Amino acid sequence: MHAPALLTLDQLARLVPALHSRGYQVVGPTVRDGAIVYDVLEGISDLPVGWTDEQEAGRYRLRRRNDDALFGYVVGPQSWKKYVHPAEVRLLTAERSGHTFRILNNDPSPPRRAFLGVRACELAAIAVQDRVLQGDRYRDPIYAARREGIFIVAVNCTQAAPTCFCTSMGTGPRVRGAYDLALTELVGPGKHEFVIEAGSDAGAEVLAELAPSAPSEAVCQEAEAAVERAASQIQRRMDTTGIRDLLYTNFDHPRWDNVAQRCLTCANCTMVCPTCFCTTVEDVSDVTGMHAERWRKWDSCFTQNFSYIHGGNIRSSAKSRYRQWMTHKLASWIDQFGSSGCVGCGRCITWCPVGIDITEEVRAIRESPASSKESSHGNP
Amino acid sequence: MTMATATTTDPMLPQPYSVRQVVKETADTFTLTLEPSNGAGGNRFQPGQFSMLWVFGVGELPISISGDPAERNRLAYTVRSVGQATHALVSREVGGAVGVRGPFGTGWPVEKAEGRDVLVVAGGIGLAPLRPVIYEVLHHREKYGRLVVLYGARSPRELLYRKELAAWARQHETQVLSTVDYGGLSWRGQVGVVTTLFKYARLQPERSLAFACGPEIMMRFVARDLETRGLARENIYLSMERNMKCALGFCGHCQYGPHFICKDGPIFRYDQMRPLLEKYEL
Ligand SMILES: Cc1cc2nc3c(=O)[nH]c(=O)nc-3n(C[C@H](O)[C@H](O)[C@H](O)COP(=O)(O)OP(=O)(O)OC[C@H]3O[C@@H](n4cnc5c(N)ncnc54)[C@H](O)[C@@H]3O)c2cc1C
Ligand code: SF4
Ligand code: SF4
Repeated sequence: MHAPALLTLDQLARLVPALHSRGYQVVGPTVRDGAIVYDVLEGISDLPVGWTDEQEAGRYRLRRRNDDALFGYVVGPQSWKKYVHPAEVRLLTAERSGHTFRILNNDPSPPRRAFLGVRACELAAIAVQDRVLQGDRYRDPIYAARREGIFIVAVNCTQAAPTCFCTSMGTGPRVRGAYDLALTELVGPGKHEFVIEAGSDAGAEVLAELAPSAPSEAVCQEAEAAVERAASQIQRRMDTTGIRDLLYTNFDHPRWDNVAQRCLTCANCTMVCPTCFCTTVEDVSDVTGMHAERWRKWDSCFTQNFSYIHGGNIRSSAKSRYRQWMTHKLASWIDQFGSSGCVGCGRCITWCPVGIDITEEVRAIRESPASSKESSHGNP
Repeated sequence: MTMATATTTDPMLPQPYSVRQVVKETADTFTLTLEPSNGAGGNRFQPGQFSMLWVFGVGELPISISGDPAERNRLAYTVRSVGQATHALVSREVGGAVGVRGPFGTGWPVEKAEGRDVLVVAGGIGLAPLRPVIYEVLHHREKYGRLVVLYGARSPRELLYRKELAAWARQHETQVLSTVDYGGLSWRGQVGVVTTLFKYARLQPERSLAFACGPEIMMRFVARDLETRGLARENIYLSMERNMKCALGFCGHCQYGPHFICKDGPIFRYDQMRPLLEKYEL
């Protein structure tokens, strides 16, 4: 366990150059087109300095803060999966050669990246994707190559959005797990400093270069209190007690028809979700027919042909697709990967054009469950 | 064959195979025999496993291995042309290239069948993934009890492996029965769904293991009927089908309740499938 350290704003500013000099491309939150997205950062001034986000079901907007906080917002429409599990990636390039073909190469290896500003729920989401894409029977080589050696600078949330429910999912607001550095921002009149802790030797080594000072007990307590404050702001709840069996036994619940009346099957929720991992593959070939490529692209269980097999789509109704998404996320994920597929980040609530709220859907089913006579789904 | 920077261990990259033989089974169904283009040994497989077959520039599909597991250096696939990619696949000529990934998935539990009667129930193209089981039993006849193959197709012209069906029927302790939905004038066999053959099957249900593959609705009826005839749920196995893009559990398409058909299946025990088979649009 590394002792907490204290950084001034100027000292923190040295973090990005320190990462650059170690060969990392630094990516993190920045303001673009009215939202906070993740992109390459040249310095901490590229962060959303002095911005915050207002989020509600189906609503997102940025607003100016009355201070210069670097991390005074929560999560935006993107997640770190854009780097480790990109929306589009080339699986292979092949060339005809005589009667056979040759696989030419994979894409060049991605840059070594440092993620700056990873929230607790996002750290949990990365762990969930690790389990799915490299911790099961097979290891996805594309994910593994992008994931390996990422330097993670995590940030403890000191405020929450109305859409957040990490406390219900046990993922936040305090970061836990595998990070290299974790910081808590303290900002107020005449004050702007960061309590920072190393979570790895690599983190400790970088931190030493920033020449931090030792924080007083009072400052440490202030940082604790700031994270507590975020936790206490969280209003949304999801009761996860027995949730797997709850959803398995409510396959025919009338609420699925109700949500299907509202759901546009637009797939926004799956695109913004930091754990959704489904993909499809597209083949392309040039006009000569000598070259072919295969591209892997994010796909969504909300699309009509996701479940297509000869003869038709298995899930043709909107009801069955919403049910598949939510049941997978909250129930079958537990059977498949030993944890929930939801980390409580609230993105699907904010970015749903009609404001469908996963916590509300669970509540509706819990409040009038079907008779539990029905057999539970596949598990002897 | 050079693979440039691509590593041969990458489970997402197809290996080049070439077509050695194409046999027309029915108007729309062909059996392709493939061998590795680079002369390397073929992949061993268990009866019931499948491969992902890639047609250059067209697409990739899950196709069951229908050949003999004892033939180490070649892989056979029986493909019914139903769309763009299967059409491209069956149109390959001898010498043409096909990319192969796999084998993937669980196999039929043939070891568990040792010392027991083996009941194979197939519908249509569903006989393809079961043919390796039949080869396996016939190669090691002494290890198994009776072999009963019950096969249903839409019409006599759509029966696969017709010569082999006749040859199998002549084997010791082996019974092969076919039925069709529409017989026509020259058909002397059974007419009706495959379950109508059950009453003719000579085997002891308590000591039998059943392997079934065909349309989902057919498997549902088959399993239900077998249960009423005294086969335990744990002794009935089904091969399930869903859309698959990767066969590695990454693409998410083949989920069936808590299962990924590609890596937890495609072959499942009926007691695991029974509650799911009842669920419409699962
Ligand atoms: C484990 C497994 C084993 C199979 N074994 C065989 C076999 O031995 N012989 C055989 O003829 N067929 C088999 N199939 C079915 C075969 O994969 C489909 O018929 C084929 O994918 C249809 O592709 P298409 O482009 O010709 O048809 P289209 O109907 O035009 O399909 C378009 C796309 O949808 C997807 N798709 C369509 N049908 C299926 C399907 N049934 N399963 C998965 N994806 C599908 C494919 O990605 C395909 O490229 C198997 C399927 C699975 C899952
Ligand atoms: S399901 Fe919604 S709240 Fe849960 S992790 Fe995905 S986007 Fe976040
Ligand atoms: S729940 Fe909302 S975001 Fe998700 S598919 Fe339906 S309408 Fe789109």
